Amino acid sequence: MTIPIATTPETKPAPAPVDKLKVRVDGKEVEVPKTTPDPLTGKPLPTTMIQACNVARVDVPHYCYHPKLPVAGNCRMCLVEFGIPAVGPDRKPILNPDGTPKISKSPRPAIACATPISPGMEIYTNTPAVKQMREGVLEFLLINHPLDCPICDQAGECKLQEYSVDYGRSESRFVEPKVHKPKRVDLGPRIVLDDERCILCTRCIRFTKDVVGDDALGIVNRGSYNTLTAYPGKIFDNNYTLNTVDICPVGALTSKDFRFQMRVWFLKETKSICTSCATGCNIIVGSREEKIYRYEPRENEAVNSSWMCDYGRLNYKWIGRQDRLVEVRGPNAGALAWTAALREISHKLKQVSPDSAALIASARQANEELYLLAKLARKLGALTDSVPRQGEGDKLLLNADRNPNSLGARLTGISADPMGANLPKIAEAIRSGKIKTLIVFGEDVSKAGIGQDLLGKLETLIVSDILPNPTTRAAHYLLPGCAHAEKRGSFTSTKGRVQKFMKAVEPPGQARAEWEFLHELIFNTTGQNGYASIEGLFNQMAGEISAFKDLTWAGLGDMGVSIPL
Amino acid sequence: MPAEYRLILKYADQPGYTPDIECYLRNGGYEAFKKALAIQPKTLPDGRQVSGAEQIRDDVKLSGLRGRGGAGFSCGLKWSFVDRKSNKPIYLICNADESEPGTFKDKQILYKDPHQMLEGMIIACYANDVHLAYIYIRGEFVEGAKILNRALKEAREKNFLGKKILGSGYDLEIHVHRGAGAYICGEETGLIESLEGKRAYPRIKPPYFPAVLGLYMCPTIVNNVETLCAVKHIVAMGGAEYARLGTPNNTGTRIVSVSGHVKRPGYYEVEVGKVTIGQLINDPVFGGGLRDGRKLKAVIPGGSSAKVFKAGEKFKLKRKGPDGKDAEQEVDMLDLPYDFDSLIAAGSMSGSGAIIVMDDSTDIVEALSNLSEFYAHESCGQCTPCREGSLWMAKALHRLTHGQGRKADAEYLVRIADNIPGGRTICAFGEACSWPVQSFVAKFKDEFVARGAADEERRAACPETRPRKTEVETAAKAGV
Repeated sequence: MTIPIATTPETKPAPAPVDKLKVRVDGKEVEVPKTTPDPLTGKPLPTTMIQACNVARVDVPHYCYHPKLPVAGNCRMCLVEFGIPAVGPDRKPILNPDGTPKISKSPRPAIACATPISPGMEIYTNTPAVKQMREGVLEFLLINHPLDCPICDQAGECKLQEYSVDYGRSESRFVEPKVHKPKRVDLGPRIVLDDERCILCTRCIRFTKDVVGDDALGIVNRGSYNTLTAYPGKIFDNNYTLNTVDICPVGALTSKDFRFQMRVWFLKETKSICTSCATGCNIIVGSREEKIYRYEPRENEAVNSSWMCDYGRLNYKWIGRQDRLVEVRGPNAGALAWTAALREISHKLKQVSPDSAALIASARQANEELYLLAKLARKLGALTDSVPRQGEGDKLLLNADRNPNSLGARLTGISADPMGANLPKIAEAIRSGKIKTLIVFGEDVSKAGIGQDLLGKLETLIVSDILPNPTTRAAHYLLPGCAHAEKRGSFTSTKGRVQKFMKAVEPPGQARAEWEFLHELIFNTTGQNGYASIEGLFNQMAGEISAFKDLTWAGLGDMGVSIPL
Repeated sequence: MPAEYRLILKYADQPGYTPDIECYLRNGGYEAFKKALAIQPKTLPDGRQVSGAEQIRDDVKLSGLRGRGGAGFSCGLKWSFVDRKSNKPIYLICNADESEPGTFKDKQILYKDPHQMLEGMIIACYANDVHLAYIYIRGEFVEGAKILNRALKEAREKNFLGKKILGSGYDLEIHVHRGAGAYICGEETGLIESLEGKRAYPRIKPPYFPAVLGLYMCPTIVNNVETLCAVKHIVAMGGAEYARLGTPNNTGTRIVSVSGHVKRPGYYEVEVGKVTIGQLINDPVFGGGLRDGRKLKAVIPGGSSAKVFKAGEKFKLKRKGPDGKDAEQEVDMLDLPYDFDSLIAAGSMSGSGAIIVMDDSTDIVEALSNLSEFYAHESCGQCTPCREGSLWMAKALHRLTHGQGRKADAEYLVRIADNIPGGRTICAFGEACSWPVQSFVAKFKDEFVARGAADEERRAACPETRPRKTEVETAAKAGV
C-alpha cells in the first residue's frame, strides 16, 4: 500500500517561484534569488552578499557565519566592499558614457554575511582594502591566541590556520603580554573548552540556543577578557553538544571522546549512515588503520541538516571491541571454514520441512541482506520477524525507533506488522516442537522471549552476529557478521529515505559481510544464482520489491533517495 | 558678547527650584503637553488628513533638531524612519545612560528638572503613537533613578501618565530601567539589548535598525534626554521659532560640559554655533580661561572619543564670505564655532557636547593611556577589531607610560588603531576607541617618539635595571 506523505522532498508541492535579481561579484554577473529561506524558520529573508558570492563561487572567508545558524556578524572576517547603481536627483539611474549604470561605491565596507543584496549591486571581494581588512581581523584574532597548533586537536581543520596561510603574517608584531583565560574547562560530560583558543564567534551559543533550544552557553566579562562559559551552575549536557565541536571554527571546543586521540589529517573519511535510530543521519566515519576514531555529521537537507545527536555519534566503540565474533563455528563450537559451514548449513536447510523453520533478522541489517533473508524464508516457508527496539525520541533528530532499518525490514517482508508481533508465535511454535530450525541474524533472541530453554529445544540454530550474547552461545552454526562500517549496503529511514553506506574499515578475523555469504547460502540452498556485488544485488531488489521501484544503487548517490510511503 | 542662552536649564539652577511636580507646574510645566494634546487634525489643500501627532512630527522636522546624544542625527528624520505600518507597538526609549567621559549635561536635567524631560518624552510618545516607553538610566545615577521614579509617580497622580491622559483617549506608561555600569549601554542597540535583559551587545545594522526592528523586534525610537527636552520647547514655541535659535542646520540650544584645566569647569547652555570653542574655554561667563600661568595644549571637543585638537591648529573651512559666496577661510581651532558641522569639517565632532581642556602641564602620553584604558575596559567584546584592538592599544600605552616604551611605538599604535574604525566594527565604539589614539599620536607624535626613545636610552645605559618580563606582565595586568 502506498500512502503519500508530504514530508519527502519529492512529494512536496513545488515552492512558489522566487524573484531573482542580478548582482556582480568581482565583475562576474550572477542571478540570485531575492530571498532565501531562514535556516531555522524557513521564512524568506533577503538574500545576503555571502549567499550571492556563494552562487558566484567566490569564497568569502568567515568565522562566525554559518549557513544553518542565525547571523551574528561579529567576527568581521567577511567584510567586503560594494557599490550600488547611482541614482540622480530625478530618481533615475545615472549612466556611464557607454550606457552601463554608474556604480557609486560605498565609502564603508559591509559584512557579507548580513548585508542584503540589491539589484545591480556590485560586490568586491578582492580589492586591496578588503585584503587589508582581512589581514587586520586575522591579526587581532591571533594576538591573544595561544598558537598551540602542535597540541591542538583542531589543527588540520582549523579556520585560523587556513586563513593564516592567506592573510597571516609570518611574524607577530605583538609585544604585549597575552590575555590568559581558563584552560581545560569542563563544560559538560562530553565537551572540554579552551577559552584561550576561543575567538568568541558565538556559533556554539547560537547552535545550542536556537537549534537545540537549550540556552546553556554564554559569554561573560568584557572586551578582550570575554570568556565563553556555561550558564553558572548549568552543565552543558544535551543530546547535541558535540555538534558545537564540529562548528567551532577553532580548537576551543573539543570532544572528550576524540581529543588527543588522532591527528585529523591521518583520518580516512568514509561516507556512511548512523545506525543508532531510524532517522538515518548522514555521517562521515573517520578511521585510520582499520580503527574508527569518530563519527561526524554529513550535510543532508532531506535528513539531518548538518547535525547529529551525541548518542548516535558516540555509538561506535562496539565496532572495535576485543570480544568481537571473529570465527565461524559449527556444532560443539568447532571451528569451520566459511565454505564448509555454508555447505553444511545449506544441506540442513534443504531438508527442512515446510512450516518447521523460523527466521528472525534484525532491523539493523541492510536492505540487501533483509531482501536475501526474505528469499530464504520464502524458500523454507519460514515465519519471520524482527525485534523492535524503542527508546525516547526528541523533536530534533533522535527517533524513538532505535533500529536504523525498520522500514527496510517491513518493505522486504521480514518484519511482522507491527514489528515483533510474530515473536510470541515463533516462541510458542518452538515450545510446541513445531519449529525445529531457527535462523537469527543480528539479534539476541533470548531478550525477545525466546530464552535458553527454547533455544535448547531447537534441532538447528543458525546465528549470525557481531558480538557474543546468549543466542550466539547457543548457536549450532555461528557466522561472524560485519558492522555497517565494515561493509557496503543501504538502509531505509523512517521517512523513506533509501541511503547507502560505504565501507570504512576491514572486518576482523573471519567476519564477512552478511549479504556476501547469504548470496552463497541462497545459491547453495535454492540453486538460484544472484548477484555477487552490492550494486547488482540492490538493483535486483529494486526490480522485485515495488517500494524500491526504479531505484538503482548508482542513483542513490551520496544523499540517498526518498521513496513514497 | 557671548552669553549663555538658557532654554532647557532655564529654571534648573534658580534658587528654590525643586524637582517636584508642583514646582514644575508653577513654572508653566506640562503646558506644552496640553498644547500638543489640543492640536486638532487638519486637512491639507490636497485633501490629506494630518493628525495632531503628525503635525508635531512635522514641527520637529521643521525645527531642525539634531540628536544631542553624540551622533547629531536629525531627530525629525529619525522619527520619520519609524515603521508605522507593521501593526506592532512602537516603543520610545529615553537614553539617559550619559556615559561619555567629560559629559555631565543630562545629569543636570534629570536631577534638577526631571519633569521637563518627562514632558518632552510624553510629547514625543504622543507624537509617535507610543503607549509604552522606557527611561534607561545609567547605573551610577542612583539618585537620578529615584528622582525619576518619584517624578513618574507624581505625573501618574496628575494623570499626565496612565489611562486616558487628561481626558483624551491617549494612554501612556513609562518605566525606569537602571543600567549596571557599562559605557556600551549608551549605544542605542546595545541599550535595547540590555533593556531586553541581555548582554549589551550592539546589534548589526542591517537588519536591526531600531526604527524597524528595535525593542522586542518592534519599531523603536531612542532619544537622548536633552533631545527630548528640546522637543518640549519645540512644541511650546513652534518649530519655526526654535529653528531661529542657533545657526542654520545647527539649530536650538546645547548644553556644553566644559571640564579639565579651566578656571570654571561646568555646564553652559548656548545657542548652537553662536559661541566658539575659544569662548567656551576662555570667556569669563564660560570656562573662565586656563589656570594662571598655564598655556593651552589640547582640547577634546566632543566627549573623550572625539578626535583631539592641538592648540594653535588651523583648519580650512568653507564659509560664506561677505559677498554671500562660499569661500575657504583659515580658522584657528579656538575660533571654530561650537556646532555640529564645523567640528565635523575640522575632522572631529561635537559629540555629546563635552569639551575637555588640557593645559601644558598635561602629559599627553599619560592622557591617552588613561583614555585607552577606559575604552579597553568598556569594549563589549562582541566584534573582533574593537575587542582585541582596544586592549592592545591600552597595553602598548601602559608599557609606554611604565618605562618600557620604544621609539617605534608611535607608529605601532597608529597601525593598530587604523585597523579598527571605518565600518569594520558593529557599532561606533570602534571609532570611539581608535580616534583618540589616531589623533593624539598624529598631532603629538614627537612626544610619543621622545617617550619611547628615552626609555630605550635608559634601558641601553643600564640594562640591569630593566624589569624582567614577568614584572612588566604583572604591571600590565594590574593596570589594565
